[in-house]
Amino acid sequence: MVVISELEHAAQLFPYFLKVLGLGALSTVGLTVASFAVALLLGFVLALMRLSRRVWLRSLASLYLELFRNVPILTQLFILYFGLTHLGLTLPATVAAIIGFGLNGAAILCEVFRSAINNVDRGQAEAASAIGMTRRMALRIIVLPQAIKVALPGMANFAISLLKDTSLASAAAVPELAFKARMLVSETYQTNLIYLMVAVIYLILSLVLARMGHRAESRLRGGH
Amino acid sequence: MSYTPPATPAEQPLVRIQALHKSFGRIEVLKGIDLSVMPGQKVSLIGPSGSGKTTLLRCINYLEEPTAGDIYVDNQLMGQRQVGARRVPLRDAELARMRGSIGMVFQRFNLFAHLTVLQNIMLGPLKVQGRQAAEVAEQARALLAKVGLHGKEQAFPDQLSGGQQQRVAIARALAMKPKLMLFDEATSALDPELVGEVLGVMHQLAEEGMTMIIVTHEMRFAEQVSDQVVFMADGRIVEQGSPHQVFRDSQVERTRAFLRAVQER
Amino acid sequence: MTYYELWQACREELLAAAWSTLQLALGALAIGLAVGLLVALLRMSRARHVRRLATAYVELFRGTPALVQLFILYFGLTAVGIEFSSFQAAMIGLGLNASAYLSEVYRAGIEAVPKGQYEAAQTIGMTRFKTMRWVVLPQAIRVVLAPIGNVAISLLKDTSVASLIATPDLMLRAQDLSSVYFMPLETYLIVGAMYFVLCFPLSLAVRMLERKTSR
Repeated sequence: MVVISELEHAAQLFPYFLKVLGLGALSTVGLTVASFAVALLLGFVLALMRLSRRVWLRSLASLYLELFRNVPILTQLFILYFGLTHLGLTLPATVAAIIGFGLNGAAILCEVFRSAINNVDRGQAEAASAIGMTRRMALRIIVLPQAIKVALPGMANFAISLLKDTSLASAAAVPELAFKARMLVSETYQTNLIYLMVAVIYLILSLVLARMGHRAESRLRGGH
Repeated sequence: MSYTPPATPAEQPLVRIQALHKSFGRIEVLKGIDLSVMPGQKVSLIGPSGSGKTTLLRCINYLEEPTAGDIYVDNQLMGQRQVGARRVPLRDAELARMRGSIGMVFQRFNLFAHLTVLQNIMLGPLKVQGRQAAEVAEQARALLAKVGLHGKEQAFPDQLSGGQQQRVAIARALAMKPKLMLFDEATSALDPELVGEVLGVMHQLAEEGMTMIIVTHEMRFAEQVSDQVVFMADGRIVEQGSPHQVFRDSQVERTRAFLRAVQER
Repeated sequence: MTYYELWQACREELLAAAWSTLQLALGALAIGLAVGLLVALLRMSRARHVRRLATAYVELFRGTPALVQLFILYFGLTAVGIEFSSFQAAMIGLGLNASAYLSEVYRAGIEAVPKGQYEAAQTIGMTRFKTMRWVVLPQAIRVVLAPIGNVAISLLKDTSVASLIATPDLMLRAQDLSSVYFMPLETYLIVGAMYFVLCFPLSLAVRMLERKTSR
């Protein structure tokens, strides 16, 4: 008797959970997209710095990479959050999170771009300079378009891990999926149902991202 | 170290292939091959790419499973067992044992990258035949000297040239004391100046009486070393005979066309 | 208070917490290596549903955040009667999470061994088992070392997530100390530096390994 009413109770709450978690999922997606954009821009700049002929640019980029890849994201987020407060900037937690994920992601994407650029056939870069292109022109017209294709899998993988990492923003009370989940659990104690739903939502989101990555890859491959 | 031919009655072929067919999916690569090789004979398989020569070779030691037909090596049915009216594939251990008496040399050498030259040669006798380490090591050194690589015992494959690697591969195959040696385009992946040293070892082996089946593009070598030359095209044996017959006196237009095209290069 | 004074005050606690973090990471790595090998072998099984099950396991752990996995292990399982301490939940959760990635690393390592090596082993009369034991696995191990190193580094960093289920690790200690000395920025910077000291040597070692195996 007790069991049945518990299940009924859970079933009643299901639509409510769906609504709240759905909003959380939306927030998660937004967070992911915004952070991805920041990481993309910054990561590209970093990659160029890493490939630069000027030693100081390369060293600066290397330093950035080492710092951001050897410290946990959570720690970086906390440092950023308190650092901004220290500087007197009171940004909403969500914005701080986007900046934090973006800065961290830039380090990861930098390496993805760098290895993609290096993997484009060296002979093509040489052929380009043989017909008189400057290094910068060769990069822009020949190497980069092809590097983008090579970089896609790495970018897709990054997007998926970024999606999962946004759950850490819950520690700063950013209203994304993991945060909403904890909120609901403390409200209703329906731990298993809620976390099951959360896991399923993340799975769906990462599968969607993976599918998008595949499609982008095949479209770029077929377009020749 | 001289080679003693195995104890097979002189009249019996060492290798007997009957009505061999092999298809990969819908593509038929071998369309009915009949071939016999006597002990001590050297047979060259020549022909254009895609003729099925390599597939035929790989069927002999069952690296490829025939679609139909029989292959007997030393009177034993390769890879399969007759159970009543049916053919049953051999179990892993039995197949491995049969393979142990057939040596194979690959186009890409396939030396074990994580082992030294000496270890490469010793691995089979040690771990498969279970022989004593001291005796195996001694044999390995002798084989290495025989293929002209004395001093390279502790080198790793990636420190050797292609020709050297291939000679180690030959020594590795010989270490198992095989009755039959199969060569799958042993010199095709080598720089031209390294081909000679490998052909030299193969000549030596031939002179010592080893039964050899050689897939090759080296026509002059094939003419010199073979007792029998088999010309294949499109999955069939087009012509078969002595080197003089096939290379100098062929009556078959297909063979002549092929030899002309090869000569032109 | 200066950084130095803060460090002097917190040093012992932080070092103890760092040791706790290290233990957590090592324990999780051990679990991950063992379970990952099992999963990799299951994925190469000849039985289709075994393969599917193993693949589902990997997809599950790679498609959901570690945080959610830890929540389920720590909070969710109590509803069915299993109670882990936060440290246990963290070690098991992070270990299983790592096992999914490690199973992929193992698979890639085995697949990286060229087919010719199998054939050469067969032609000297080796059974499938002997081929694996003497020819394939020794070569696969070389390929696999650097990626395992990378997983280990990620694991070290992921231990920080355990602080969110109140595991006594470095981040949790930092949180406590922030509310004692009211210098959160400085505290987390010091902790960040400590993580760096732990991870950087590993990163260098992995980089060296990667260079050696890509000859």
